[in-house]
Order: sequence, then structure tokens, then C-alpha cells
Amino acid sequence: MSRAARRRLGVLPGFGLSTGFTVLYLCVIVLVPLSALALRATTLSWAQAWSVVASPRALASYRLSFGASLVAAAVNVVFGVLVAWVLARYRFPGRSLVDAVVDLPFALPTAVSGIALTAVYSRTGWIGRYLEPLGIQAAFSPLGVTIALTFIGLPFVIRTVQPVLEDLDPEVEEAAAVLGADRWQTFRRVLLPAMVPAALTGFALAFARALGEYGSVVFISGNMPLRTEIAPLLIMTRLEQFDYAGASAIAVVLLAASFLLLLGINRLQAWTRARTGLA
Amino acid sequence: MSISIRGLSKAFDGHPVLHDVSLEIPEGELVALLGPSGCGKTTLLRIVAGLEVADAGEVHHDGEDFSSRSARERNVGVVFQHYALFRHMTVAENVAFPLKVRRRPRAEIGPRVDELLSLVQLDGLRGRYPHQLSGGQRQRVALARALATRPRILLLDEPFGALDARVRQELRRWLRRLHDDLHVTSVFVTHDQEEAFEVSDRVVLMNAGRIEQVGTPAQVFEEPASPFVMRFLGAVNVFQGHLEGDRAYVNDLVFAAPGAGQARSAHVYVRPHELEIHRAAVKGSFAARVLRLVPLGAAVRVELSAPGFGNAVEVELDVRKSEALALSPGDAVHVSPRRVRVFPAHEAAAQDSLTASGL
Repeated sequence: MSRAARRRLGVLPGFGLSTGFTVLYLCVIVLVPLSALALRATTLSWAQAWSVVASPRALASYRLSFGASLVAAAVNVVFGVLVAWVLARYRFPGRSLVDAVVDLPFALPTAVSGIALTAVYSRTGWIGRYLEPLGIQAAFSPLGVTIALTFIGLPFVIRTVQPVLEDLDPEVEEAAAVLGADRWQTFRRVLLPAMVPAALTGFALAFARALGEYGSVVFISGNMPLRTEIAPLLIMTRLEQFDYAGASAIAVVLLAASFLLLLGINRLQAWTRARTGLA
Repeated sequence: MSISIRGLSKAFDGHPVLHDVSLEIPEGELVALLGPSGCGKTTLLRIVAGLEVADAGEVHHDGEDFSSRSARERNVGVVFQHYALFRHMTVAENVAFPLKVRRRPRAEIGPRVDELLSLVQLDGLRGRYPHQLSGGQRQRVALARALATRPRILLLDEPFGALDARVRQELRRWLRRLHDDLHVTSVFVTHDQEEAFEVSDRVVLMNAGRIEQVGTPAQVFEEPASPFVMRFLGAVNVFQGHLEGDRAYVNDLVFAAPGAGQARSAHVYVRPHELEIHRAAVKGSFAARVLRLVPLGAAVRVELSAPGFGNAVEVELDVRKSEALALSPGDAVHVSPRRVRVFPAHEAAAQDSLTASGL
């Protein structure tokens, strides 16, 4: 049998057409701009590029960007799972309102969120004024950056975990109870493992979003070089100085690092899914 | 461990599901709760398991009131209809789960899991995940898991409902043998009469939240306590009649009807295999015409119309008798009941929920 004849034996229609389109679409939308970016960066010599991407100011910005994004995504996993649990499990007055509020960070222009957060956490703000006497400076500090990134990443974990929780068969929890598990054991041994793949997805999404976030952070961070300057801002600064090549060099570093991280998370997810047959 | 259920009532959102149900299950017995869907059998099982709280009534295990104990304190084995296996755990981990959460020493867990897996004949599959197993295998894992802590009561909710016919047949026999070995007091819910009869020592027939009859399979089949039981357990012919004292009359035929009370009209029930067909009239027979012959393997179902008895009288004959009679459609014959059960008509009318529920 010829290869063409074999291919026709598949059941799903349009494999060639849809796959071709997918590849083309990804190229145009994602890969072409990214290659332009990489090309731009190659206009620098190795030494020049190194001096840009490894400058103390750039290194400090990577640390802050990756560190704050990881912390924010981790915070979101913990509390996002909690919120998803409450939304999926309990029926209470105002539930649909809470459900809608979850999506607000998605909908709000990020600059608006940034200004709002800064107003609340600054020295005279609603929350900031109570943190000040405790010696905690929220706005214009790495903490402020983390707060902003937590805010904008909140919906991701909730929206990925919630449907999984809603799909869980209550019979499984009942089975755990009659088998002698207390509530904590049921949660830890039965429910939590079922949530892990979805929570990982949520983590990856929140992390990726936080890494690229710019609008909400610039207001609350204060943008002090070496202290509260995030990597996207550094890129922005370079662009404003018409240093496109330098901006691209930093961007490529960010891109490579986040790609590797997301790839790692993806592998982890694939592994947990394969193990539990949840695919 | 014996189970004693006393005066249980339960309603969901004001809709009653169980009315004052009482039942005694002696130690070591295997009992089937049998009834149409929505009759309350699963709710009753869930109350015994502690997964549902009754509005009124008590559940005693070995004379001790368990009503206020939670499901985890009862140490009752439960097998769920859809297995309810933990899908992120292997077969062995699933079976070990109840032992681990009860903090049994590891030295005890290992051998016990091995023992259970060989009991359910799944030794070779201990490292598999549930999604890699067939339905029958999953059900056996669920059973091994339910038995892990040596519960003295085992509850099974439609345990074979989701399996195909052949696997179901095998598992039934296997469950019966397992019960004969372990002698754990067992209650299982089913809507399948054949399953209930094949597996259980005693059958509890339920209808609309009440227990209609409790007895051995032979008892409930031969001496049904109500028209519901009569109709639920297999095909039956119903003739309209009237009552005079201790006798029921259907056209010219007279049947004994002891204890019919004050009712005026009656329904006379006859199972298809309890009707005889004759070529000539005999005492106590009525005339009929053959409409159709349906071969059923070892038996033949003869459908007849008989004036005054309805147009859909069914008779089941064994093949040899049917061959001796050499029936063909259109033949005029005579039919005589060997055995009938008479129920006053008002009682029968109340039971028509059965036809409504699609049986």
C-alpha cells in the first residue's frame, strides 16, 4: 500500500490541512517576530552583547523578574487552589459575584491595576499606612512587584483548577471516608493529587504572565535600578534610548530562560498526567 | 455482625424516599435489596454505610446504635457502582489505602495487600493504574480495597451494574463463592431480579420507599406478598375478577381467595409457566385462540387471545409439550391455570407505579 493510501485510512478528517495551517499560523504570529528579535540581537558582537546582558543592572533585573514571578505564581497556586475549592464545592450567597471578581485582573488594563495597587500600598494608602509602622515597605520595593504580579496572575490557577474540582466524582471522596480517611487525609491523599496537573498548568500560566508583565509593575515598583527594576522595564528603557540591539539581547535572554522553564513544567505535567491517566 | 434497621425515614427536599423502613439482617447473611430505580434501595444502603443521615430511625450493628457514627468510624466495607478507585494510585496503593490511613504498621500492610490481591486474583496487576484495567478488574480492586480492614459488614451498590453481561455473570458467581469463604454480613443493591436470586440468601423487595417483602428467592417468587412483588418478579398474566366471600370469579372460573376481606373486585395473577394448554376443554379451563408462537430455547412462549381474559394471554410451555400439541397460529385451544394468586383490586391499583416506572 502506498503511503498516500495509508494516510487516507485515518478517521479524523483534515489532518494535512489543519496541521499545515497550525504551523503557518504559529510561524506568522509567534516565530517570525521572535526570530526578528533574535536577528536584531545578532547585530551586536559577542562582547557587546555580553556587556549588555551581564551588566549588574541587567542581572539584578533578571533576579527580580524571575524571583518575583516565581513567588507570585507560588502564592497564586496556594490561594488559587483554595479559591477554586470554595467556588467549586460550596454554594453560598454571592458566589456568582465572587466568581466574576476572579476574572477582574484579566479584564482591567494593567496600568489601571498598577495605579490602584500603588495607591493602596503606598505610605499613605489604605493598606500601606498600616504596613509602614511595622517596618514593611510595600510600594516601591521588591515586595510591591510581587504583589502586583500576584494580582495579575490570580485568575490562571483558579480557572484551571476549578473545572477539575467540579469534575471530581463525589463517590471517590465518599470511598475515602468509608475506608477510614479523615478529612485531611482525604484532601491530601485523594483530592490534592487529582489537582496537581491542573495546578501545575495554572502555575505555568501565572508565571509566564508575571514574567512578561509590565504595565501594573512600573507604577508600584518605583523602577530603581539594581533594586526594583524588572527586566521588561530595562528593555523598555533601552528602547527609549533607541538601543534596539541591546533591548533585543536582554529580551532573548528572558525568552530563552522562560522557554526552558515552561518546557520543564510541561514535561512535569505530561509525567503526572500519564501517571494518572487524566490526559 | 448483624444489622438491625429500625423505623428509618428519609426525605430529600421534602420528597420522601424511605417510609418507616425496618429490617433485620442476621450475621453472615448475604442480602439483596431489590426494586425498581427510585425505590429507595440505594438510599437505605447509604444510610447503613453512614454516607447519608436518616431523618428518623436507627441503625444498629450487633445491637449497638451506629446512627450517630460517621462513615469512617463504622468500619464498613463499601463497593461503589462506579468503583470509585483512586486513579492516581496503583492497584496495590488503592488496596493499601485504608490500611495506611488507619496507620497500620508497614510490616502488616505489605503482606495484607498481597493476600487481598491474590484473593481477588489480581496478583499480576499490582503496579497498574485503574485506567489500565478492565471494568471487571476494577470492580475486583474495589472489592479488595473494601475488604482490606476486615470489615464485618460489606455493602455493595449495584456492584455489577456497569459491566457487560458475561463479566457480570462471572463476577456474581465469584462474589457468592467469596461470601461463602469469608462469611461477612453483606448487603447488595440491585434492580436485576436474576442477579438478586443468583447471589443472595434472602431478597428484600422494595417499592416506593417501603419494604414489600423479605424472604428467600424461592419464597418471594412462589409466595409473593403483594401484586407489586408478583409483577416485579417476572412476566405475569392479570385477569379481572370479582369477589364473593372467599371466592374469586373470573367469568366462569372460580378460584379460592382466602382473606380477601371486604373488597368487591379482584385481580387474579397467573405466571405464564403456570398455565396449561389443552386441545379439548377440561375442568377449570377457558377457550382461547393461538396468536403467535415465540421460541425461547428450552421453552416456547404462546401468545393467545381469550374472550373475557384479554387479548394478550401468555403461556410458557417447554419445547416437548409444545411439540406434542403441535400448535400453530389460529388454533382454537383451552387454557387452564395450575396455580393463581388473588389480590383484592384496590391493592393492585395502588401498585401501578411499577408500570409507570418503565418495567
